[in-house]
Amino acid sequence: MAITDDVLVIGGGIAACTAALSAAETGARVRLLAHKKSTLRQASGLVDVLGYVDGDGPFSDPYAGLDSLPEDHPYHIAGEDGIREGLRIFDEAVGDAYQGGHTDANALVMTHGGTMKPTARYPESVAPGLTSSSGDMLLVGFEGLTDFDAPVAADHLTAAGVPFDVRGVTVGFPKSFRSDAKVTRFAKALDRDESVAGGTVRSVLADAVAAELDGETRVGFPAMLGDDHDEDVRDELADRLGVPVFEVPTGPPSLLGLKLEDMLFDALDEAGVRISSGNPAVDFEAADGRIETVLVDQKSRMTPYEADQIVLATGGLVGKGLDSDREHVTEPVFDCYVPHPEDRYEWSDPEAFGNHAFARFGVVPDDELRPTAEDGEPHFENLRAAGGVVGGADVAREKSASGVSLATGAVAGRLAGEEASQ
Amino acid sequence: MSDAESPTNPTLAPDAQTDDFEAVEVFPESTDMDLRPGADHCYKCTACDVSCPVAEVDDEFPGPKFQGPEQWRLKRKDDAAVDDSIMSCSNCMRCDDACPSGVPLSQMHNTARGEYVDEEMDKLSREYIRNRILANYGTLAQLGSMFPRLTNTMMGNSVVQKINEKVLGITAERDFPEFATQTFREWWNERGGPQVRSEDKRVAYFHGCYSNYNTPEVGKAMVRVFESFGYEVVVPKQRCSGTPMFANGMLDDAKRAAGINVENFSGLIPEGYDIIASCTSCSMSLRQEYPELFDIDGINDLSEHTYEALEYLRIHEDLEGEIREASVSDQSFAYHAPCHGRNQGLDRQAVELFRELDGVDIEDVGDSCSGISGTYGWKEEKYDKSMQIGADMFDHMEHAEGNVGMTECPTCSMQMEHGTGYDIKHPLQLLEEALV
Ligand SMILES: Cc1cc2nc3c(=O)[nH]c(=O)nc-3n(C[C@H](O)[C@H](O)[C@H](O)COP(=O)(O)OP(=O)(O)OC[C@H]3O[C@@H](n4cnc5c(N)ncnc54)[C@H](O)[C@@H]3O)c2cc1C
Ligand code: SF4
Ligand code: SF4
Repeated sequence: MAITDDVLVIGGGIAACTAALSAAETGARVRLLAHKKSTLRQASGLVDVLGYVDGDGPFSDPYAGLDSLPEDHPYHIAGEDGIREGLRIFDEAVGDAYQGGHTDANALVMTHGGTMKPTARYPESVAPGLTSSSGDMLLVGFEGLTDFDAPVAADHLTAAGVPFDVRGVTVGFPKSFRSDAKVTRFAKALDRDESVAGGTVRSVLADAVAAELDGETRVGFPAMLGDDHDEDVRDELADRLGVPVFEVPTGPPSLLGLKLEDMLFDALDEAGVRISSGNPAVDFEAADGRIETVLVDQKSRMTPYEADQIVLATGGLVGKGLDSDREHVTEPVFDCYVPHPEDRYEWSDPEAFGNHAFARFGVVPDDELRPTAEDGEPHFENLRAAGGVVGGADVAREKSASGVSLATGAVAGRLAGEEASQ
Repeated sequence: MSDAESPTNPTLAPDAQTDDFEAVEVFPESTDMDLRPGADHCYKCTACDVSCPVAEVDDEFPGPKFQGPEQWRLKRKDDAAVDDSIMSCSNCMRCDDACPSGVPLSQMHNTARGEYVDEEMDKLSREYIRNRILANYGTLAQLGSMFPRLTNTMMGNSVVQKINEKVLGITAERDFPEFATQTFREWWNERGGPQVRSEDKRVAYFHGCYSNYNTPEVGKAMVRVFESFGYEVVVPKQRCSGTPMFANGMLDDAKRAAGINVENFSGLIPEGYDIIASCTSCSMSLRQEYPELFDIDGINDLSEHTYEALEYLRIHEDLEGEIREASVSDQSFAYHAPCHGRNQGLDRQAVELFRELDGVDIEDVGDSCSGISGTYGWKEEKYDKSMQIGADMFDHMEHAEGNVGMTECPTCSMQMEHGTGYDIKHPLQLLEEALV
């Protein structure tokens, strides 16, 4: 006997979670099979839909640029409806923890480097810091936490011409940790409000910041204001400072990303999705153009998983859904066709932020999101793809990464679920 | 075993052996692992560091990335000594699970720890002696279980506990696990071994120390459940799986134990037996740590044929179908997935399965580490940190509906009980109740 379900979603990132939730809505019995922790742990926790097309932007309406996207872009298959479906599934999964759902407009969020980016959904803790809303800002960085240089970020924002004053200061964290301490250590100290000389971590930190405050009406910290009790931490700081407090999304490892991952997995639990994590899918058995069994490498031994429908959501080059060596780009689980120029020098553009071919590498979906072979026919009748493994989008330039994952995940998951329940 | 030699190192308490086999040294010399490719895979994303429960509470501990790839590189370059912080790693293996790049972190830590203990630790130090005693729990338990009532009274005595703490550095905060009045093996022999014979459904049970000496009811449940599915169960002679030895850098002790286990179990595989464990650290050890650290004939075969009990039934039987038909009296559980179960991808199976069981309410209490990590939480200097790590789990348990805990790991179960006062069950016990 193999472990058997209606729909098997392979992957553990935002695309896989969305596909699983979407398939579960159809009433199908769904399993998510994830190898490692997803790239969500490193991601900012922001959900971008579409901010730029071919260098044009930032768009205030994420749907405005859809028509100008290249023909083979996955948004053309998912359509505006698919994007909305993905966002709906996301909004229901995360509840009040995210904002942006009340409007169709992109918000401008500040990044830890002090740039601004258009995003469709953002954590509630980030909201008071939107650069699209007004109010002078004090940014606070910490000695020893090199990820966020508050004065530099403030200068960048000012240079970008924001319509309010921004100032950055660096303070000492009330508790000293080893020089390479992890953000989680700071977050836990705030969570537990550990005692320190002169009071507790929260109160001493608030006092230090209050001494710097000079009429600003909001205060931003790098995203490390607590983990389990983050709301309490922010509330208490805001209370003591008398102004709203917000978080600035940081680079990896990102607490906001970690929390988003937790929320999505809780939503899977709630929806009754079954989860197997820790081991990779490595091989399969197929007959008559259908995948019958997926083989999972469970510590050197293969465990068979069976399902009527399969969704491949293993991510792109970073998530390890695509593999590359010096000559080839491949999709390692099902060996789906991944087109790429034969000449390796054409894979990338000389400019760092140029129009790189590799950014759009991925499987080629048909109109049901089934990966196709070179002849345009689907490899397998019951295999669909979602997220970073799908080619055609340059998510970094477009600011569309999570949006593409949500839209393709929602559509692939729904189609798989409907098919399996028939 | 052709390359077996007589022992060169005396075991901790050679006279205490009651099983009629001799410990053998199967390793003429240590095998040096090539960890270079692993170290080269690290791209410094720090995913391992943020998932390390020890780094979260211990400012002295530089974290898995340092202990693994960084220390490895340092050592190659400057021939530096292994940093003593390696002894603070609890071997929970969470970092292994977190690394997106497949760096074999726990293998690097185990190797470094072994080297540190071999080359740098004073063998007469209190720490070394204490660690050796804790690591060789099986030997201790064998002694203790000869006079279970006496030992229980002794170990429960607060004066003895204080002495343990003062002299040995074993915390007085914890109660020693009680020894059963009849060990699992004694029960097994008394019932006359296997009650079911089968040519094609055969399993060999690795009970480990804990279900033999302390919780034989888990072992009995395992036997009864498997027999009810028509399996022939055999229980070969065995030693500790080695888990506590890895965690304390006692690689020689672990090698000896592994040698015996591989010899006694791998020979059964050609006869159609698979190996089943009821403790997730035991199955982890046989599956992953043995082949990572040792080179013994048959070790890969053993690794490939080892399963955790529930996992085995899920793959080979229609366990879900059976569970859906069954029912038990109303009860609700707060389930904790042990780190070593998580690492085998088994962290969800109990909740997934028992959700379908009529009468049962089961809730996962979250993905934090319980904090005891085998011997870690028994060390006087680590006790507070162990409880700090466990705090999240206690908190989630208290907020869960269930007032009985559930886990597959014997030391997690001690910690759960210690932190909340709840009774703790093993999934096999509930399975027995439902199906037998
Ligand atoms: C540093 C960083 C910052 C980012 N910032 C943003 C941002 O600001 N805004 C935004 O919208 N998006 C951002 N993203 C992108 C976004 O988080 C997702 O990475 C993207 O949407 C792709 O999601 P995915 O689910 O397709 O793949 P991934 O998130 O890459 O997940 C792939 C998953 O599949 C699993 N997997 C791979 N192979 C197998 C296998 N064989 N078997 C089983 N499982 C397997 C992996 O373990 C992983 O869990 C960022 C990403 C990164 C890395
Ligand atoms: S095994 Fe556990 S304690 Fe040791 S470094 Fe890894 S995560 Fe930390
Ligand atoms: S998780 Fe892996 S790749 Fe990332 S820092 Fe740790 S060892 Fe290196």
